[in-house]
Amino acid sequence: MNYHWDWAVFFKSTGIGDEIYLDWFVAGLGWTVAVALVAWCIALALGAVLGVMRTLPNKALSGVATAYVELFRNVPLLVQLFVWYFLVPDLLPERAQVWFKQELNPTTSAYLSVVACLAFFTAARVCEQVRTGIQALPRGQTMAAMAMGFSLPQVYRHVLLPQAFRIIIPPLTSEFLNIFKNSSVASLIGLMELLAQTKQTAEFSANLFEAFTLATLIYFVLNMSLMKGMGWLEKRVAVPGLIGSGGK
Amino acid sequence: MSPMISIDNVSKWYGDFQVLTDCTTAVAKGEVVVVCGPSGSGKSTLIKCVNALEPFQKGSIIVDGISVGDPKTDLPKLRSRVGMVFQHFELFPHLSITDNLTIAQVKVLGRQPDEARDKGLKLLDRVGLAAHAAKYPGQLSGGQQQRVAIARALAMDPIAMLFDEPTSALDPEMINEVLDVMTQLAHEGMTMMCVTHEMGFARRVADRVIFMDRGMIIEDCAKDDFFGSPRSERAQQFLSKILQH
Repeated sequence: MNYHWDWAVFFKSTGIGDEIYLDWFVAGLGWTVAVALVAWCIALALGAVLGVMRTLPNKALSGVATAYVELFRNVPLLVQLFVWYFLVPDLLPERAQVWFKQELNPTTSAYLSVVACLAFFTAARVCEQVRTGIQALPRGQTMAAMAMGFSLPQVYRHVLLPQAFRIIIPPLTSEFLNIFKNSSVASLIGLMELLAQTKQTAEFSANLFEAFTLATLIYFVLNMSLMKGMGWLEKRVAVPGLIGSGGK
Repeated sequence: MSPMISIDNVSKWYGDFQVLTDCTTAVAKGEVVVVCGPSGSGKSTLIKCVNALEPFQKGSIIVDGISVGDPKTDLPKLRSRVGMVFQHFELFPHLSITDNLTIAQVKVLGRQPDEARDKGLKLLDRVGLAAHAAKYPGQLSGGQQQRVAIARALAMDPIAMLFDEPTSALDPEMINEVLDVMTQLAHEGMTMMCVTHEMGFARRVADRVIFMDRGMIIEDCAKDDFFGSPRSERAQQFLSKILQH
């Protein structure tokens, strides 16, 4: 292989303004984090609501949540992204269409599409975890709470959800990491997040291996830190005697 | 005087399977009634119908003048006035003992946190566990957890207490500490309906004993009559088996 290695490439000028290649990676990481964090907040909130809905006695509400999960879980992420980016805007009312397609700058519209895509996709997965977390609790907990006069919303708020969320921190951690990794699909609709910046660096500098090595490292360190952070959170909220914290 | 709990011709089905058949009985204010019978006889189901944790299809249950089966009844409010103790304690494991004792007082009855805390800790002291206020349920033994569960129910100032096999999940050496609390409660005049196999407790404390089999109330009589001369053959068999131990 006749490849010219150059690890100093990241500090070389890109030829655009006075930017060096490392600046591109920093900007890319910024977008990756901005996409993943915002999408995660929406996914967590929506997923929690849907997860609760799936456990309610009301057939209509649980049916809606089930249909949601089946739809978003069974269509590939990339297909969903293209639907959000290319199709959904055409279904908006005319005023909103003009705004989305013409007034918004292309980066913002790509950002909104990918956030919506990841949020709705991940919400379906969070929903399933919240549901299993609730269903893993003994039925007697609901009974005891009801017997003390709690209304159904109070049963969820004070008894079921605080326990369910503690149980599902490990699988939720996986989803949290997944949303960062999945955010790389944004590169396909032109949002210059980490992967897109890596490809651009590779093309501009011809230092393909260095560029992808750095990207790999950044993703790895980012996700390892998130995992450690979630591990800390799990210990922080652990309750003696409850599942996951040892003992009975 | 009308009884505190009156159960009138109650029947209940799970699908086609009838679990309760025309059950009729009553518990007067201050009375202690023990409900016994073989497993699967419907005694737990019956007691859960009293505070509407289980729905029933026929008949009526009136608690302190309020109809449990009436769709217009404010069930959370009714339940908040009837204490219940479960076989598996069902303390909330994510809350400290103190929070277990106060949460419903604050969230359901609207008491001030300080007031609820004083009340909870006083009751905790009464069941002999004042030293454990800051612990979590998982750090207590079964017997201790059940005593906390009784204190938690009492913190709501209930008009009656329902016990659903409160000692069945306990190690033998812990049964008495729970029965002692229940006995004390009975002597203070609490209205109690207890599903239990503890015939010693029934003998010492109960005013009346109800014997159930296959969803029906077979015997409903004063304690002395039940232990002295049960009329039904089924109850005689049950007693002879259970009292051999």
